[in-house]
Amino acid sequence: MYGLLAWTWIRAAAQQPVSLVLLTLATAIVGALDMAAILVMFARAPRIAGFEAPEVLFLYGTSALSFAVADSLFGTTERLGRHIREGTLDTMLVRPVSPLIQIATEDFSPRRVGRVVTPTGVLLLVVPRLDVDWTPGRVAMVPAMVLTGVAIFAGLWVLTASVQFVLIDGHGATKSVTYGGAFLTQYPLSMFGREFVRGVTFVVPLAFVNWQPALYVLDRADPIGLPWGLRFAAPVVAAALCALAAVAWRAGLRHYRSTGS
Amino acid sequence: MGVYPWVAWYAFRRYTAYPLSSAAEAVTNTVFGFMRAYVLIALWAARPALGGYDAADAVTFCFLTQALIGPVQIFRGLELADRIRTGDVAIDLYRPAGLQVWWLSDDLGRASAELLMRASLPLVAGALVFPLRGAGPAVLAAFAVSVVLAVLVSFAIRYLTALGVFWLRDDRGLQALALVMSLFFSGMILPLVVFPGGLGTLAGLLPWAALIQVPADVYLAKRTGADLIAALGFQAGWAVVLLAAGALLTRAARRKLVIHGG
Repeated sequence: MYGLLAWTWIRAAAQQPVSLVLLTLATAIVGALDMAAILVMFARAPRIAGFEAPEVLFLYGTSALSFAVADSLFGTTERLGRHIREGTLDTMLVRPVSPLIQIATEDFSPRRVGRVVTPTGVLLLVVPRLDVDWTPGRVAMVPAMVLTGVAIFAGLWVLTASVQFVLIDGHGATKSVTYGGAFLTQYPLSMFGREFVRGVTFVVPLAFVNWQPALYVLDRADPIGLPWGLRFAAPVVAAALCALAAVAWRAGLRHYRSTGS
Repeated sequence: MGVYPWVAWYAFRRYTAYPLSSAAEAVTNTVFGFMRAYVLIALWAARPALGGYDAADAVTFCFLTQALIGPVQIFRGLELADRIRTGDVAIDLYRPAGLQVWWLSDDLGRASAELLMRASLPLVAGALVFPLRGAGPAVLAAFAVSVVLAVLVSFAIRYLTALGVFWLRDDRGLQALALVMSLFFSGMILPLVVFPGGLGTLAGLLPWAALIQVPADVYLAKRTGADLIAALGFQAGWAVVLLAAGALLTRAARRKLVIHGG
């Protein structure tokens, strides 16, 4: 059903081909800006917080790719507050398809693919240049961490959207978890304060998007000395987060009362 | 005069009508402020005195950036673009008031509201955790002028982008391109002083530098005396040029527009 609705929106978007091409291009460039910032920084300093350019670009690539895919699949759920305010959620509820799928596929456009291009390119260029002893475990970890990253970001999208059932105007603040998380995970967490890193490990589990698995791939010691086993905990964290998001969404929907106007 | 102060006042009322929503935005600005501050601190730890800033300058710059995002509207275009696409602009053109001045008044009201609602939280939170740079009354006065000029340049750019819809019909491609320029060349993503060589020189000359980099430099007292006059002149110059271009384009658009009767 997700595929069918997404395809409908793609056909709608294709009615304006020039705009679509411009948009896909622009989306790809906006996604590349963060990479440009990293390149500019490393043009000025060869090592930042103990990390070199290829390693940080590896973090950028894995984080941005996971985020781009999760955002394409579930990013529009952030509009929930607006749908509640305008009463359009009621229309979705009477249709025989899950409202989550209806919101997630809304405005689905091939331009979302534009965001995947840059991080994929970066990963293809950077992974062979990493100074790493490639054991089978490390090779397998790279695609695995992208997949668990997608699951974690997707869980966060749905979870933060569910918050809008309660706080209709909360969207402005929950952006700091979704977009903020996408920004944060592009950089080595060793740049940030100790307590901050504990927060994004145990409270909002952003450290498992790519930081903990990357410590394993790059064979580095954890700067704040967390247990070695956490490097493989990402799938468990992702599953728990998605389960929590599903429960929160259902609870929100069950308690939803229309604005009544 | 007459009607324009009212337009500004109603825009101000509209943008202060949802304080919770504004506070939520300010929270996100603050969170981003902290994350970017840590990244900049790491950069300045590797390269002290980069671009004539020290680490405290860089962190202050970062929180100023987050405070100014709302007022100079880095992320969004003008509402006018939607009105042109839907045809509602016909009503705007029908009024016995200039289109550009009308929307400028609206935007000034919006900017004051967002300055009031969104600027203080990132600055206060940042100052509680990091040693931010203070500024004397003379510098603050110059900074206030610089922020007003920044809002003018920002409006002029967004107005030109919005008018593009008259010719392109769908504004989202143009809007996205405008976002790229304003994110990267304003100093929002990285202070422009970090940009190397020719890229840095180019970025310093483009109008987007007037949005964030110049006001921040004025606040940090990097531009004083004759250099301060030059900085404000740079902003005022771009404001005049871009507003004039907007006025010319408005005239062209009036001739271009065909409104279908209904």
